[in-house]
Amino acid sequence: MSNQIWKFHNDVDTDQIIASQYLLLPDVEEMKQYTFESLDPDFAKNVHEGDIIVAGENFGCGSSREQAPSVLKALGVKAVIARSFARIFYRNSINIGFPVIVCKDLYDAVKDGDMADLDLSAGTVTAAGKTFTCTKLPEYMQNILSQGGLIASLNKEG
Amino acid sequence: MGNTIIEKIIKKNTGLSEVKPGQIVTVHVDRVMIHDIFIPFVADKFEEMGFDRLWDPDKVVLIYDHLVPASAVEDIRHFKIGDAFVKKYGLTHVHRSDGICHQLMTEAGYAGPGDIVFGTDSHTTTYGCVGCFSSGIGYTEMASILGTGEMWVKVPETIKVVINGTLPANVSAKDVILRLIGDLRADGATYKALEITGSAVDAMSVASRMTISNMAVEAGAKCCLFRPDEKTCQYTGTDLSEVDWIYGDEDAQYCQLIEYQAEDLVPVCACPSQVDNIHPVSDLVGTKLDQVFIGSCTNGRLEDLAEAARILDGRQTACKLIITPASRKIYLEAIEAGYMEILARAGAIITQPGCGLCCGRAGGILTDGETVLATNNRNFLGRMGTSKVGIYLGSPATAAISAIYGEIREPL
Repeated sequence: MSNQIWKFHNDVDTDQIIASQYLLLPDVEEMKQYTFESLDPDFAKNVHEGDIIVAGENFGCGSSREQAPSVLKALGVKAVIARSFARIFYRNSINIGFPVIVCKDLYDAVKDGDMADLDLSAGTVTAAGKTFTCTKLPEYMQNILSQGGLIASLNKEG
Repeated sequence: MGNTIIEKIIKKNTGLSEVKPGQIVTVHVDRVMIHDIFIPFVADKFEEMGFDRLWDPDKVVLIYDHLVPASAVEDIRHFKIGDAFVKKYGLTHVHRSDGICHQLMTEAGYAGPGDIVFGTDSHTTTYGCVGCFSSGIGYTEMASILGTGEMWVKVPETIKVVINGTLPANVSAKDVILRLIGDLRADGATYKALEITGSAVDAMSVASRMTISNMAVEAGAKCCLFRPDEKTCQYTGTDLSEVDWIYGDEDAQYCQLIEYQAEDLVPVCACPSQVDNIHPVSDLVGTKLDQVFIGSCTNGRLEDLAEAARILDGRQTACKLIITPASRKIYLEAIEAGYMEILARAGAIITQPGCGLCCGRAGGILTDGETVLATNNRNFLGRMGTSKVGIYLGSPATAAISAIYGEIREPL
């Protein structure tokens, strides 16, 4: 199934994903309407379930706020596919069961609004008439992700 | 083959005879820090995971700093949830108004040389200043440590940074770390450890090293380690013989070597709105300022306030100047040393220790079209008010001299 691509630049920071002043809202459901507010105030209104974010280097740099991947997941974003991710954002995403995928070549091949078909289990994404292979997660992290995140993973082990 | 500092700390912690970069290991956590913004989320996840007790209440530190004192009614909810968590699970290390978490963690002795510490804040890298492996994590991961005392980490590669020589009088640790971030770029150290060494670093106070390790995360670093020395031992109350194993071996494997000659460094600023957008202050002279901010966990220590007081002694500010000491202890020391009187007479607004302005919650937020020069660690869009505020980051000396003129000036 094809999904719409939302394309962002390099070094998208956590404050741009969800600004500090909204972290005091009681839950992610209330926060999610402010996602990417400083970059695209209508993003939360226009994004659809299953859409994919494509970004350049260092996506999610900055603060440790887990609300950053959480609001994207809550909006129904299927995955972020970037050239690289900042460390804490990457860990947080895996821990909440939100797919973050490293793909070096996709970024230059697609534009905002293109359609893409992401096959999570095969680790491939098809867009602009080509299929791109994504970098595989280490097995340890793949297990956490496939079980739906750290809570599910801990409950299973426990 | 020898080891880097981070490899040695992980080896000692896990009991493994050898570790290699890329290897995933489970470490036993020596201490964790949770702050007021994230405590409600940590508490929720902790119970959702089915835990009913902390793995070790003595190893958990809760610090209220981002929201202290409350500036909106919803802030109070965080204190109430935090207080209930303290009561229910028997926490004893709780600070409700003593200062900023990253200052308190080493100042109060919670993080020491060779320890492994995690905190729910990206600037947790700060404790590397005393040779502690410390890094920021999210609240789900924190909840999992609270229940298990364990955390998986990938052994990072290490970038070695050598700074030899003597820094010019107008160049401080802040200029050093800004220059390094500018050279590495915002993702240049992602997933990696930094190890900072050289004669210029040996000459630095622990407070100055703290400025550097605090900002290492702005280049993406997982941690930023300094070899403990006599100064570290004096600050942490440790004996040198307990920490003399914490250094990078001559034959350790580093993924990158960066060298600076201290005499070549100049005062710099990070320009709006990326921390790696570094320019010499001399190129920015004359940039009009609405406000100057000296403080935060990056530069709110006694030596920073001393430098500001030295420059502002007998002078008057030409724009708003906000001073925020990093902790109550520093606040008191600065009063006793006479710095606070000098700063107040110069026209400064002195606030309580806390995160206030740096995290855009309170204490001097700005609006569209305004420009601020600040000594804290981030100049992201919207960080200190609206998304159209121009934020320059610089040293306390650059900030103080600029406050006198209401425009950016190079310190002498």
